[in-house]
Formats: sequence, C-alpha cells, structure tokens
Amino acid sequence: MLSIKNLRVSINGKEILRGINLEVRPGEVHAIMGPNGTGKSTLASVIAGRDIYDITEGEILFKGKNLLDMAIEERASEGIFLGFQYPVEIPGVSITNFMRTAVNEQRKYRGLDPMPANEFLAKMEEKKQLLEIQAKLANRSVNEGFSGGEKKKNEIFQMAMLEPSLAILDETDSGLDIDALKIVAAGVNKLRKADNAFLVITHYQRLLEYIVPDIVHVLYDGRIVRSGGKELAVELEEKGYEWIKAEIA
Amino acid sequence: MEKDPNNILDEVTQGEYKYGFYSDIEMETAPMGLSEDTIRYISAKKNEPDWLLQYRLDAYQKWLSMTEPTWAHIHHPPINYQEIIFYAAPKKKKEYSSIDEIDPELIETFNKLGISLEEQKRLTGVAVDAVIDSVSVKTTFSETLEKQGIIFCSFSEAVQKVPDLVKQYLGTVVPTHDNFYAALNSAVFSDGSFCYIPKGVRCPIELSTYFRINAANTGQFERTLIIGDEGSYVSYMEGCTAPMRDENQLHAAIVEIIALKDAEVKYSTVQNWYPGNKKGEGGIYNFVTKRGICKGNNSKISWTQVETGSAITWKYPSVVLLGDNSVGEFYSVAVTNNYQQADTGSKMIHLGRNTKSTIISKGISAGHSSNSYRGLVKMTKRAENSRNFSQCDSLLLGDKCGAHTFPYIKTENKTSIVEHEATTSKISDDQLFYCNQRGISTESAIGLIVNGYAREVLKQLPMEFAVEAQKLLSISLEGSVG
Ligand SMILES: Nc1ncnc2c1ncn2[C@@H]1O[C@H](COP(=O)(O)OP(=O)(O)OP(=O)(O)O)[C@@H](O)[C@H]1O
Ligand SMILES: [Mg+2]
Repeated sequence: MLSIKNLRVSINGKEILRGINLEVRPGEVHAIMGPNGTGKSTLASVIAGRDIYDITEGEILFKGKNLLDMAIEERASEGIFLGFQYPVEIPGVSITNFMRTAVNEQRKYRGLDPMPANEFLAKMEEKKQLLEIQAKLANRSVNEGFSGGEKKKNEIFQMAMLEPSLAILDETDSGLDIDALKIVAAGVNKLRKADNAFLVITHYQRLLEYIVPDIVHVLYDGRIVRSGGKELAVELEEKGYEWIKAEIA
Repeated sequence: MEKDPNNILDEVTQGEYKYGFYSDIEMETAPMGLSEDTIRYISAKKNEPDWLLQYRLDAYQKWLSMTEPTWAHIHHPPINYQEIIFYAAPKKKKEYSSIDEIDPELIETFNKLGISLEEQKRLTGVAVDAVIDSVSVKTTFSETLEKQGIIFCSFSEAVQKVPDLVKQYLGTVVPTHDNFYAALNSAVFSDGSFCYIPKGVRCPIELSTYFRINAANTGQFERTLIIGDEGSYVSYMEGCTAPMRDENQLHAAIVEIIALKDAEVKYSTVQNWYPGNKKGEGGIYNFVTKRGICKGNNSKISWTQVETGSAITWKYPSVVLLGDNSVGEFYSVAVTNNYQQADTGSKMIHLGRNTKSTIISKGISAGHSSNSYRGLVKMTKRAENSRNFSQCDSLLLGDKCGAHTFPYIKTENKTSIVEHEATTSKISDDQLFYCNQRGISTESAIGLIVNGYAREVLKQLPMEFAVEAQKLLSISLEGSVG
C-alpha cells in the first residue's frame, strides 16, 4: 500500500530524513518510535504532502501511484489521513460544517455526488457514539478551546468519518487520559480492516498494548535503525534508547 | 504540485463577477445632468405634492454650496455630475396585477439573480418589493401586511398613499444638509422602500427589497424610510446586485430608521454591487448614508451588513440613542478584493441614559484592496451609565492589501464605559495544511475559514439571508476574497 524508498528530506538546508525505507501492506499496523526530534512528524508531514520540505532523493508510492506528484488534498482523497500531533484551531467553523466539506470534497474527487444530509448526520451520530464524544462537541468550532485530550479525540473522530485506507496517527496518545486512551484505541481497532493500514507514531508502549502493532520501527537521527515485532516496544520501554544508540554507534 | 501560496491566493482572488449581465428593458430616462429642471422633471414624473418638490429644491441649493468629503481613506477621479442620468424607469403602461404581466426580460433578470418572484412568494414567505432602477415594479404580500396595518410599499407609493407620515418623518434622521451625498440624494432621490409598523404590531415576516442598478449611466438614489411605532418589531432585509458596466456608477442612498418607544427594528444588508474588474476598472461608487434614531425609551436598532461589492464603499450605518435604555447594534463583514476600497464603520451617538451599543466589525482584505474601519462612539453628558463595546478585526489575505482602523471615542461623562478591541490576523499555513489534509481544496478552505471568521456577524442575519451571504463570501473568496 505504502512504499517508501530511500527518502531523503531537508528543511532550510538541514537534512532531517536521511534515507528512509518503509513498506506498509494492507491490514498492517506499524508503530514508529524514537527520541524527540528524530524526524517522526517530519516523515508524517512529508507523506501527507506538506510543501515546506525539500525532497532531495527517493520516492513514495501509494497504491502504486507516485505520491510526490500529488497535491495535499489529492493524497487525502486517495485515502491518506494524518492525525496531527498538534491539531490546528479553525475559529468559527463547526466540526459538522468542516467534516461535511471534507467528506463531500473527497467524494467529488472520487466522482461521487455529495452525501445526502440525513445520511451524513446519521454517520456523524454513529461515529460520535463509537468514540463516546459528547453531542455538543460537533457544534463547536474545530479545536477551538478544546483541551489537549479533546483535540486528539477529535482527530480520531475525523478519521472515523473519512475512513482512510492509510491513517498516520502522530502521538495521538499524548494528552489522553487512561479512559480516553482505551476508547480511542477501541475505536481504532473497530476501524481496522483487511484493506486499510495504520502508521502509529508514539513514545509509549502503553498505546501499543491496546493497538497491537505488526511491526515496530525505531527512527533515530533520520533513519530507521531497527524494526521488529511488538516485543521491541517493550524492550525500548524498559531500556530507553541508549542501547540502540550504543549499538549503531 | 508546485504550490506557491501567493499563486493560489491570486488564483482564488481573480474569479469574475457572477452577476455581470444587463437586461434590455425599455427605459424612460431624464435628460442627462443635474439642474433645477431635472429635479422638477423627477418630481413631476412622480406626481409629487408641492412640499416634496420644495424639499428637493431646498436640498439642491444646499448641495450646490457643499463639496465632496475628502477625509475617507479612498481615492477616485472626480465625478462629473452633469454626465449622470438622474432618473430612469422601465416604461410602463399600467400597474401589474399578476406576475404574468411583467416583462419577460425582467423575470429573466430575476431568474439570473436567483430571486424569481414566484419562487420567493411560494417558498420563502418573504415579501419582496423589487426595485429595478428607479421604480418599484412589484410588491407582494402587501395584502397580508395591510390587514395588520403594516404599510410596506415603494417610497413613491407612500408619498401618494400616506403623505402625512412621509412628511412627518422624512429628513428627520438624515437632514438634507447632513453631508454632500445626503444632500444630493435629498434633491434627486428616485425611489426606494417605505415601511411603517403600527403600535404594538410584530411584523410576521421578514421584509425584503432587492435593488438593482440596470440602465447604463444611471446614478441610483434610493430613499428608504422605516418607522417602528411604539412597541412594534420588524426585520428588514435589503440585498443588491448590479450588472457589469465599464463606467463607474454612482450610488448614493439614504436610509432612515425611526424606532419609537419599546420598538425594535433590525436592518440587514447584503451588498454585492459590481466591484469593478481585476484591474480596478469600473464598478459602483457606493456613498451611502444610513442612520437610525432610537427615539423612544427602551427602543432598539440593529444594523447588520455583509459588504462584498462596489469599487468604493463609503458607508457608516449609525444609531442615535436618544431614548433612555435604548440599544444600538452594528454588525459588519466587509470584503475587499482586487482594487476595491472600503471605508466603512459605524457611529453610535449616546444621548439617553443607560444606553448600550455594540459594534462588531470584521474586515477581510485580499488582492490590492484597501479596507478601513472608521467608527465614532460618543457619550454625551446626559448619557450617564451608558456602555459601548467595539470589536474591530481585520483578516488579511496576501501581502498587497491594506487594513486600517480609525476609532474615534468621545466621552463627556464619568459613568459611561467604552471598550475597544482590535485584532489583525492572517490565514495561517498550518490552517490551510490542516484543511488540505482533510481533502479540502485551498479555495474551499479559505471560504470555510473566512466564513468562520465572520460567523459572529453572519449569525445575526435572518436565516434566508445567512445562507446567501455565506455563499457570497465564498464566491467573493473564490471570486473575490480568495
Ligand atoms: N519547519 C522547520 N524548520 C526547521 N527545522 C524543523 C522544522 N520542522 C522540523 N524541524 C526540525 O526537524 C527535526 C525533526 O522534527 P520532527 O518534528 O520531525 O521530530 P519528531 O521525531 O516528531 O519529534 P517529537 O518526538 O518531539 O515529536 C527537529 O530537529 C526539528 O527541530
Ligand atoms: Mg513529532
């Protein structure tokens, strides 16, 4: 589904990703871990198409198509979703209105008519229940005045509404209390299907107890320095990153 | 996928004006230029009583001694008043008793505007008094309203039907010598709407007028007078579109509102006159005087405006708070794009005790446009314990446009409170990235964000209008604010 080959990315002349290789197949959950500032969010943004980076080498294919040729909104409509580490506030725009616009623009890209209003509202209702989101939230402006946890929950809610084939969740667990973490994880698990995939960026093994990954990668200094099964996350939690640094030094 | 944000802004800000057509209806016009004869011609055409002719002539004399104001933050070549046709009316042989009798061209015009009268009548329950150029063509729902004693008709009709009411209130809020354009209007006003709500009556429907400038070279000078008698309520909506023209067209209207004791009048405008082309050629000069007076105690007047059109807008809907405990409100969204210039705001003149006013102004500027807020809040000595809150926000799209805020505050007593807040912001790249990532194109994203920014004002509009205004903002963004 997602195939990244030798991806090198710089910003303002500073190289941040230094040859990333990654293969994600349908149905898989990949976790990406790694110390602060090693390029995890950068990787997520580059996949989503943010255009402030210089891609100096490599390629990204998504469902066989060259992602680097596509605009941000095209990638989204092709099925890429990014749950932001720091969700942005859009004052005065209700979540309902925001989601309706997003759903219908994606449908338009796929040659579909806008979703009928009643169908859309029913879907909103269903997904709110899935994530135990209060009814009122949908009438509030996107992320405006939301608590840290509410913002993260709202990201997953949007993911549920848009049903992407590849969801990249950037530290969705940070800011969530234990109950919210379980609800979000249960929500993600319900959305797991044979034909979609997840890329979960996290610092904590705890999330991976609920969303069990097929593969765990360690990103260090712009490179994936180690990949393994879910035990790798446990090992990192116990030992920290020092032993990896020592090993690759 | 090269995406220079400046290019995108350029693209979205360069849509064409969507109402640029003009209908070929037979017109009857006054000779070009302005003189006492022109005024006598207009007055005679309208079969006016002598006092009104004298009112016009008096205004004309005052106008002759006045000069155009220069204090506004706007620029335009001098206007030659001798090259303007001051009166144009569709040639009509008789009154229309049903919509089928109306010139098909005219109906077509309405259809293009998306306001077919039949549709309006059937679907929305809005009474429409359509003013095409200078003469009111069709009034609907008047019977329903008449039963309640509500008078809603064209201004000319009111002069014939209820001359005493017109005489009692005309010019009492905006005197003939108020300003240059007001004097001009008072001399040559063509038509407009008149509305009287009797004591204790709540007008059951939203009253609406659509104005259009149509004939070539026709200055349009509407005159509107709204009177809310004691304890009454009315919500009045005005909307405009003008067809595309190369020469600049002058538009100098006057709206006067009188709210007596315990009365409430809401006045909403959506203005999208032709703004001129991308190079700043053509477009309407919109020099308007709108003022209301809260004459009685506990009365209330609200102005809500969404301004996306006109090459130049010069407009300060104001409230004189004379009655104790009276309330004045001004909610405004002004969009300027390309080379549009807007100098707009409000005046709140507090004369009564415990009076309250609110000003919420949202300016949105794109392209090379200039968008100024100009406001005056005055607390007189007598206006003890009064309050004003003003919020003036500017949103800039791109870096070639300008936003300015000129708040004037005068307080002559110690118990009143005036608060003024102002912000300037831009649409951030993070917001655009966030929207794009959800599949929303940059153009739609800007539309969404701008509508969100203006929401506080838009939610003051009557439902039917709010939807139209939102679309207009997005078009203005795709087409004008991008
Ligand atoms: N816009 C930018 N300009 C300059 N440097 C940047 C920019 N964005 C990211 N960087 C730098 O790139 C590096 C990687 O940042 P990134 O946000 O990808 O890290 P991360 O792995 O997500 O860290 P964290 O775990 O703290 O979220 C950091 O050194 C950061 O300062
Ligand atoms: Mg990060």
